[in-house]
Amino acid sequence: MTDLTKLKIAEARDALAKGDLTSLELTEAHIKAVEASSPLNAFIVKTPEIALKNAKAADERIKAGNATAMTGIPVAIKDLFATKGVRTTACSHILDGFVPEYESTVTQNLWDDGAVMLGKLNMDEFAMGSSNETSHYGPVKNPWRAKGSAKGSNADFVPGGSSGGSVTSVAAFTAMGATASDTGGSIRQPAAFTGTFGIKPTYGRCSRYGMVAFASSLDQAGVVTRSVRDGAIMLESVCGFDAKDSTSAQMDVPNFEAALTGDIRGMKIGIPKEYHLDGMPKEIEALWDKGIAWVKDAGAEIIDISLPHTKYALPAYYIIAPAEASSNLARYDGVRYGLRSAPMGASLEDMYEATRAAGFGEEVQRRIMIGTYVLSAGYYDAYYLKAQKVRQLISNDFKTAYQKCDVILTPTAPSAAFAMGEKSDDPLAMYLNDVFTVPASLAGLPGASVPAGLSSDGLPLGLQILGQPWDEANVLKTCGVIEAAAGDLGAPAIWWE
Amino acid sequence: MTYIIQGTRDDFEVVIGLEVHAQVTSKAKLFSGAATAFGAEPNTQVSLVDAAMPGMLPTINAECIRQGVRTGLALGAEINKFSVFDRKNYFYADLPQGYQISQFKHPIVGEGTITINKKDGTSKDIDVERIHLEQDAGKSMHDQHPQMTYVDLNRSGVALMEIVSKPDMASPEEAGLYVGKLRTILRYIGSCDGNMEQGSMRADVNVSVRRAGEPLGTRCEIKNVNSIRFVRQAIEIEARRQVDIIEDGGHIDQETRLFDPVKGETRSMRSKEEAHDYRYFPDPDLLPVEFDDDFIAAARESLPELPDAKHHRFVSDFGISDYNAGVLVAEKESSDFFEELIAALVDASGKKASAVAAKAANWVMGDLFGALNKAGKTLSDCPVSPAQGAELLGLIEDGTISGRTAKDVFEIMFETGDSAEKIVEEKGLKQVSDTGAIEKIIDDLLVANPAQVQQYRDGKVKMIGFFVGQVMKATGGQANPAIVNQLLKPKLDG
Repeated sequence: MTDLTKLKIAEARDALAKGDLTSLELTEAHIKAVEASSPLNAFIVKTPEIALKNAKAADERIKAGNATAMTGIPVAIKDLFATKGVRTTACSHILDGFVPEYESTVTQNLWDDGAVMLGKLNMDEFAMGSSNETSHYGPVKNPWRAKGSAKGSNADFVPGGSSGGSVTSVAAFTAMGATASDTGGSIRQPAAFTGTFGIKPTYGRCSRYGMVAFASSLDQAGVVTRSVRDGAIMLESVCGFDAKDSTSAQMDVPNFEAALTGDIRGMKIGIPKEYHLDGMPKEIEALWDKGIAWVKDAGAEIIDISLPHTKYALPAYYIIAPAEASSNLARYDGVRYGLRSAPMGASLEDMYEATRAAGFGEEVQRRIMIGTYVLSAGYYDAYYLKAQKVRQLISNDFKTAYQKCDVILTPTAPSAAFAMGEKSDDPLAMYLNDVFTVPASLAGLPGASVPAGLSSDGLPLGLQILGQPWDEANVLKTCGVIEAAAGDLGAPAIWWE
Repeated sequence: MTYIIQGTRDDFEVVIGLEVHAQVTSKAKLFSGAATAFGAEPNTQVSLVDAAMPGMLPTINAECIRQGVRTGLALGAEINKFSVFDRKNYFYADLPQGYQISQFKHPIVGEGTITINKKDGTSKDIDVERIHLEQDAGKSMHDQHPQMTYVDLNRSGVALMEIVSKPDMASPEEAGLYVGKLRTILRYIGSCDGNMEQGSMRADVNVSVRRAGEPLGTRCEIKNVNSIRFVRQAIEIEARRQVDIIEDGGHIDQETRLFDPVKGETRSMRSKEEAHDYRYFPDPDLLPVEFDDDFIAAARESLPELPDAKHHRFVSDFGISDYNAGVLVAEKESSDFFEELIAALVDASGKKASAVAAKAANWVMGDLFGALNKAGKTLSDCPVSPAQGAELLGLIEDGTISGRTAKDVFEIMFETGDSAEKIVEEKGLKQVSDTGAIEKIIDDLLVANPAQVQQYRDGKVKMIGFFVGQVMKATGGQANPAIVNQLLKPKLDG
């Protein structure tokens, strides 16, 4: 039975269609795997009853002959997405016990396609973090362990963040796919850290309705899977126009799986010189070179490009995202739902202070304060407005570059997964994790991380492919070629069961 | 006439600017589909968006945009085809999102004008700086529980237009007229019901004073004044307060104040130092609002005749006085009533509108408004229709009843809603115009009152009044007075 959890979505789909497998069998195997995975702390809410009900309905639907590619596929949901009747807290203490009466559009799309819900996934609190260590429910452990590491073979590594639960559930064979969200790299960096495929589509492709907001102009839902093909299948399910989100794009969603032709001959692949960082580990440079060689071998043309404002991306991001967050998180005030801390005889102001001090973790409080500061009278022009101008320049950089190339190839993160606790006291070191992912987020571009190799410690490394707006197809196609060239990178040994 | 506040030493002028918040007439809120009816049970008209549930997103209600544009057009204002919704951030229990979605840098409507007509017959243009759209907050209720405050979110998210004037008003009268005129225009075009008691319209009043010829003084803002009378009172009281401070050698602190109509004072709400830093920034959940010339043209097309145009037409086409025209157009209902009345009169009599309008205007402004006032009713629940009014006026015109009788008939019409003809018929109120019958009565009277006849013939011509009175008495008031006079004089003259 455990073998069923090793199936990819595409394989399971075919087996389900042929009648070689039922969704109930597939789901039961995954429910067991989820149960056994508690030491990883990826799931914060398990919903086996819902999963079994979904599975039975899926089997009926398959029998009736109106299944989709996602029908009967067990998936897990990042806790950022509101799920009707199932606790949704964005892993924050301040949303204690919050059970929404509504469903996010992204998850509704999955259920409409017949997917099976296994539970809710751990994440950094309000998606603020790059290691999944800021969650109110405790950190998630990376299923991968380093071999021959100085820290010993049992040391725990972070899975990256903020979608740490999403990538872990998929890497540990407890879910076939997971929803995730990316504000500055929250899908791509953790995907790279766990040897999974993660893709964030163009801003506006997925509805943000029902997705707990971090930074509205940057937040974009996406998916994590164990193959590029699976990513294409699941991404197609979650995307689509939604009138309930004004920033959602009124565009048809193409057949993403059909893009995976493996043929990138003549495609122009840009290599940005600014992504060579001082002090970047040699093995990351080497991986990048390898990636360049693979796509070249496959017949693509390598184009040297320049994205001159890259170095300003991280500072601009850490102004814009906290600014929006400081406003988006103002609604957590103890008045209507979630945590309320009101000392005896408290005034309204006392209640706000006590509730928000108790309810928000340190990183969230830090960003609220940064965001409040940069929007304040007298600082707005120097920070927020300037950051918006920088954002425009970064966007222009990409526009110029895309006149010369079709996609851009870079490393996903400047390092492999790091040990738990290693960077949690150093916010700046933590923020640097996103140095390669943030620029595309600021420009609203589609981006994916595809597993491409292992570090000297045996930890996964990813390469990032960035595309033009609405051109997820070429991102997926290029990722498919790299995936094939990289070959089998193995899987984490199952130590947690 | 300049409005002057006399201090103990100097004369002061007052400078007034108004920010009027007008609730947009629409079935749904500015950014959610929730209903907007007044007076519903608390928290029954609240969507997930209005309650700021996690992950909820605003979407713009196009009807509110259209009403904003129509309002701008009605004020002859510049319409901005590109405008932006911003977040105005502050914490309050009845502000669920922790920010109000408003328009800051790029409002939907730019500069326009409102013309006010003053009592002394002059008019003045008051410039409007801008109109922007924003959402209302909920309501905190502090009187429901000894320790707790309750929050009603029914109003949360309701669309408001904030209509900001330039500091162009120089007296309480002008400010009152401005609010009144604005209300009239909004009600004409239907973009706001103008109902100040229900909070559909309220004003923030900016007041400063200065000695004549001096630069502008420091202003205080009086928040949420909810009637035209209170606007005038608040300005008088606040201007006087400021003058007293200045004359005592003090200076005015820029602050937000509240008007207490019961105590007749304004008092400080928060000082400039305590003022919120609203941290405005463009709402990333919403795209900029953009529309084309066709949208504006359609909005313009949908506008009715505006009060100023109607006023001119009433004077030039109907020949009624400037003052009467002003009174009649002040409310859309009264101008509509008047026009229907004129149309019915023209129909029935075949006369020109200008031939019937003056009397009709007097009747509307006298008898009708008087009766409505007394009964505490408005034209919308008036028991007498314009057609019925025309019938009544027609009966006077053709001599069927006297003006005096008409007043009695109208009273009955107003009470019962019956038609004038029916009342006249049933109560036998027709004027006696039968000369034979009247002549007989006169002859009898002359015989019965020889002394009075003699007095008249001795030169006391006023005695004719005595005989007229006697005839009316004998006919129960129904004799046609014109005919009585006509017959009586030759007989008395002998």
